[in-house]
Amino acid sequence: MRRLMLGSLLSPPLTERAPRVSDEALAELAERVHETARRKLGRSLSIRQVDAGSCNGCELEIHALNNAFYDLERFGFHFVASPRHADVLLVTGPVTKNMREALERTYAATPDPKWVVAVGDCARNGGLFAEAYGVVGAVSTVVPVDLHVKGCPPSPRDLLAGLLALMKRRLPRSVRG
Amino acid sequence: MLTEMIADGRQAEHRPWARAVVDVEAWTFACHQLAQGHWTLSALWAEPDCVHMALFEAEASAFGIMSLRTDNGRYPSVGARHAPAIRLERAIQDLHGVVAEGLPDARPWLDHGRWGVRAPLGDAQAPKAEAPYRFLPVEGHGVHQIPVGPVHAGIIEPGHFRFSASGETVVRLEERLGYVHKGIEGLLIGAPLDRAAKLAGRASGDSTVAYATAFAQAVEAACDVRVPARAAYARAIMLEMERVANHLGDIGAICNDASFSLMQAHCAVLRERVLRATEKTFGHRLMMDCVVPGGIVRDLERSGVKCLKRLLVDIRRRFPALIRLYEETTSLQDRTVMTGILKPELAQRFGAGGYVGRASGRAFDARKAFPQAPYDLLNVEPRTRERGDVDSRVWIRMREVEDSLALIARMLDLLPEGNIRAPLEFRDGEGSALVEGFRGDIFAWVRMNGDGTLARAHLRDPSWFQWPLLEAAIEGNIVADFPLCNKSFNCSYAGHDL
Repeated sequence: MRRLMLGSLLSPPLTERAPRVSDEALAELAERVHETARRKLGRSLSIRQVDAGSCNGCELEIHALNNAFYDLERFGFHFVASPRHADVLLVTGPVTKNMREALERTYAATPDPKWVVAVGDCARNGGLFAEAYGVVGAVSTVVPVDLHVKGCPPSPRDLLAGLLALMKRRLPRSVRG
Repeated sequence: MLTEMIADGRQAEHRPWARAVVDVEAWTFACHQLAQGHWTLSALWAEPDCVHMALFEAEASAFGIMSLRTDNGRYPSVGARHAPAIRLERAIQDLHGVVAEGLPDARPWLDHGRWGVRAPLGDAQAPKAEAPYRFLPVEGHGVHQIPVGPVHAGIIEPGHFRFSASGETVVRLEERLGYVHKGIEGLLIGAPLDRAAKLAGRASGDSTVAYATAFAQAVEAACDVRVPARAAYARAIMLEMERVANHLGDIGAICNDASFSLMQAHCAVLRERVLRATEKTFGHRLMMDCVVPGGIVRDLERSGVKCLKRLLVDIRRRFPALIRLYEETTSLQDRTVMTGILKPELAQRFGAGGYVGRASGRAFDARKAFPQAPYDLLNVEPRTRERGDVDSRVWIRMREVEDSLALIARMLDLLPEGNIRAPLEFRDGEGSALVEGFRGDIFAWVRMNGDGTLARAHLRDPSWFQWPLLEAAIEGNIVADFPLCNKSFNCSYAGHDL
């Protein structure tokens, strides 16, 4: 273990700041997310992820945000275990009828002010599953959505861009119900 | 024995294995063979007027499907004799309204009373008021319940776990699933082939290649089409890449659930490198929609082959240090060794596939048992362990990562030239396939119409035979070890709920 840790200490970080040409966009995006998050939130935004019916593809990419290449936590974003600790709900999937109530209750348990980001094509409009008997449809038909991130699934890059867009909104969604 | 039994029935137009409509006597005999452990249940599904049972006889390496016409919407329960069928029959009851007579547990399973319709794939009746779901009773001094989910603490899928604990010790875990049931089989009825392939590839996102391949192979069997060799190789490379990516993710996540995040950090880096290589080579990080009936959509360019070869070198250089890290960290071993033991008898009885079965001594691997090209040339040897604890499931994954890397290297060397897609000629017919995903064997069955649409289809996730075993494996462990045990199984919610 010592050798591995020493290796990690001595080698340059994997986290992408200003890497190769093709990754310029990500580095630029990362910088913008960083600045905006700090200005608006004082370095901290808690995210609660809710799978409301996805195929688990979106979850894999949301997970990837935590790896050393994207390192979401450097911007002050972090995933929390309870909606009661969350500022943002990251909701995936076409909302299934069996998950509708759980999503509503998770939303109700999240303190204001709160934002909802619907992640993936299914969350936007039900995707391929829109017509299914077990599906309610878009996340926005169940809880108010502030932002949609497209993709099937959206790449970690798209997700970063989405979180930036959320930060840029001037008016936070006011309290509902 | 299985082959003869099926040969005696009325044959259906089904490939590559036989499917036959049998009488109640043969059906009951099959239940007996399952209960005695001579045969393994591979799938059990229904249509409004009949039930189908895919069976595997290990001794004879035989596979086949028995079908039984229902009598007034009823048939003799398999679960009455053979417990692994119980949840499947509960699901059949929910979806088709077909009743398994003698089913010991007839509570609804996928139907939570919220669809607005009963038996959506059967006669779709109006719902009637249901009594609230009753969890199994647990009695005893000081036993308390801990309800968990459907929304969990991590970034994972939804499901409900009801723990009954005595102090710290789990006395019983009861799972309740079905939260992400969308109704994919319903969508597949009448679907055009391209849409159906996309749906199959989204049954469980982490196994998108395996599902798309199983579906494609079933369609190709129904149409009696052989895919070009190059496409078969590319599919197998994708399957192995998917296995490597998921195993790396799992190894890290299991260690993380034992609070050893260093491993997670390193595994996540390797996983990301795999996904970046697949994006470059196949055009999608998870390789969604890359496999279609008839072949693949995008050829493997020379640059892609190079990219994959570089990746192999990189992982082979870095992975041994991670294995050593796992081996030498006693505090981590303290959590994984002898935790969450799944007894070999249970794994055998349930026909548990993948690392869950293999870590408990069940040496089944669809790549060896029923190899499709190019696996028939590659001689995959399943890795097994006997202890059935979390540690064994980690080790199986680590060895399989190494094996898959070696397989990919060989396939890249052997990659034949040629077409990547064969034209499909549609006709009425049925086909099925068994594909080894990272989690275990996925079974797919299709009935095609002559116009290229689907009449019916069924997809069976390996998790069906793994979820119930998690309940057994956790018994007697402390509540705090549940995340560890659960992650070591890593069953699919989406693939199971469908």
